[in-house]
Amino acid sequence: MVPTSQSKTGRKIITALVVVMAILHQDFWWWDNNTLVFGFMPIALAYHAIFSIAAACLWALAIKIAWPYHLERLADETDSSTASEKGG
Amino acid sequence: MTTPLIVIAIYLALLLGLGLLSSRFFRGTSKDYFVASHSIGPVLLLMSVFGTTMTAFALVGSTGKSFERGIGVYGLMASSSALIHAACFFLIGIRLWVFGKKYGYVTQIQYFRDRFESNGIGYLLFPILILLVIPYLLIGIIGAGKTILPVTAGAFPELFPQTGGAVPEWLSGLVVCVIVLIYVFAGGSRAAAWANTFQTVVFMIMGVVAFVFISNSLGGLRNAAKIVLQTTDGGKLVQPYRLDPATKELVPNEPPKVIGMIRSGGHESAEGSSAQLPHQPHMTRTLATATFKKFDRKKKKPVMDSSGNPVLWHREYGIPPLMFLTYMFIPLSVGMFPHLFQHWLTAKSAKSFRLTLIAHPLCIMVVWVPCVLIGSWASGLLPAGIPPAAVLSVMLKQLVGNEILIGLLTAGILAAIMSSLDSQFHCMGTIFTNDIVLHIAGKDRFNDRQIVWLARVFTIGIVVLTYVLAMKSIDKNVFDLAIWCFTGFGSLTPIVIAALYWKRATKAGAYASVIATMGTWFYFFSASGYGGEYVLAGGVMPAAVCFAAGAMAMIFVSLITLPPTTVKKFFPV
Repeated sequence: MVPTSQSKTGRKIITALVVVMAILHQDFWWWDNNTLVFGFMPIALAYHAIFSIAAACLWALAIKIAWPYHLERLADETDSSTASEKGG
Repeated sequence: MTTPLIVIAIYLALLLGLGLLSSRFFRGTSKDYFVASHSIGPVLLLMSVFGTTMTAFALVGSTGKSFERGIGVYGLMASSSALIHAACFFLIGIRLWVFGKKYGYVTQIQYFRDRFESNGIGYLLFPILILLVIPYLLIGIIGAGKTILPVTAGAFPELFPQTGGAVPEWLSGLVVCVIVLIYVFAGGSRAAAWANTFQTVVFMIMGVVAFVFISNSLGGLRNAAKIVLQTTDGGKLVQPYRLDPATKELVPNEPPKVIGMIRSGGHESAEGSSAQLPHQPHMTRTLATATFKKFDRKKKKPVMDSSGNPVLWHREYGIPPLMFLTYMFIPLSVGMFPHLFQHWLTAKSAKSFRLTLIAHPLCIMVVWVPCVLIGSWASGLLPAGIPPAAVLSVMLKQLVGNEILIGLLTAGILAAIMSSLDSQFHCMGTIFTNDIVLHIAGKDRFNDRQIVWLARVFTIGIVVLTYVLAMKSIDKNVFDLAIWCFTGFGSLTPIVIAALYWKRATKAGAYASVIATMGTWFYFFSASGYGGEYVLAGGVMPAAVCFAAGAMAMIFVSLITLPPTTVKKFFPV
């Protein structure tokens, strides 16, 4: 199990990477580019397909360095009280 | 064209059989009916979640939108979803699963009621969640009708003369609804998970197969790229090729067929000018407006106005940069989908989410890249005025000669549609039964069998209502309707984010957030003509404004109202 401090650092890294990916998503540099990759795929489409692969890698990294083990421990606890009714 | 129909019928029979088989594992309890007793492992969870999020929107809608706007549609939805969907599963899904398991929640509303110590928040959210799911249901029923119609053209000329012998949309929609209802009623969440797994495998394989066959019919990938709609230096939109219906081969148009005129950045280009026009408007995201003459298919000539001038219509190609940016609020919708919440709760453990986190972005890519390419290729072959929802089916029918293959590929499209309908139908019954009936009457008032039947009856009512609405909206744009649904749910995510991560979020803040979100949503929805494409100045999506309104209302009102007493329960670490 990953120590809490390492998991917190991992969450910060993943958060930063998500922000970077969100910025990279706005690929203004390919906007008007009509280059065809491999002779058929528009370069903007190819870029975003690679972006999808990069997103998968990002979440694989998140599982490795930022997995919420504390939440798993919570789920394993035996408290299973039903939803309470409160006045609204 | 009865062979494709036979293939489709076999697929539907297999689906029904699988759903009914799952009912053998049904334990008879309401917990098993609603959340499969938390028994779903990682593979089934991935298939259920992915299958549910990929709908008519993903196959039929993406192809149609790419036909309309070009390849920018992929970045607009698919790659942003790769990042944001998984973020929602990681940050929202796992936490909600934990609380669902720990405190016995079956619906989102149960969680919100507990978190905000408020019955009323449930009564406020219930009609809103139902209202927002209805467009999502509509696109499924519309998509099914639009898919079956072109592939069965001429099959039953005496039975359906009004549609040229094709199976009419009302019948396709009805059959799809009935089949989904049968297997959901039989096995609940487990049936939906099993069916989704089967359907997801079918539509992913068939999507790739359709892409391979269509591209081969066009002479390979490089050749397919050449047939895409082009602009001339004079601003004419031309189709350089046509498909010979007899030989099903591409034949050059000499000269290229003019189908419209294009403008660049809103300025009309003169003949022979060197204005910077996109050579193939579908292959970039450059903004341009195209003008077409309205065409009467029955009379086979342009429609004229009273002055004898051709009636014109317009289409915008490309994507405004601000639209591309603010579209990132749309995938947030998965954070509040009630049917996805229900799928999350079926997970056996938190670790069951891991495969979904990694594979979901890749699965989206496998489905969307081919569809977006097919849509752009279709621009070079099909009339500009064809309903976008019909583009994929028409391309299949015109380019793929083998009727069995057409049937299989059409079944793949139906699989994508139905994999969402089952979860949505099921969740309607779940939230009505748990959040309204049992909440008011008390859980001890009904036994498990009665609870399950209550859910079924409400589901039937919603399906009937949606079916009627679908028949009245049969020509609505599938992609645009879905975006309104996603806009509503995405805009509600400040509530769940605040509930999960902000100790200071209050009941009043939640109320204010819902009201602000839905007030702005409804304002923009009505301004769109109730479901059309609609953007604000500069291309800003309404989703961004609605989300901001909801977030600001949540923050401001929470800070000026009393803090909740549930902090320890929901923030124990």
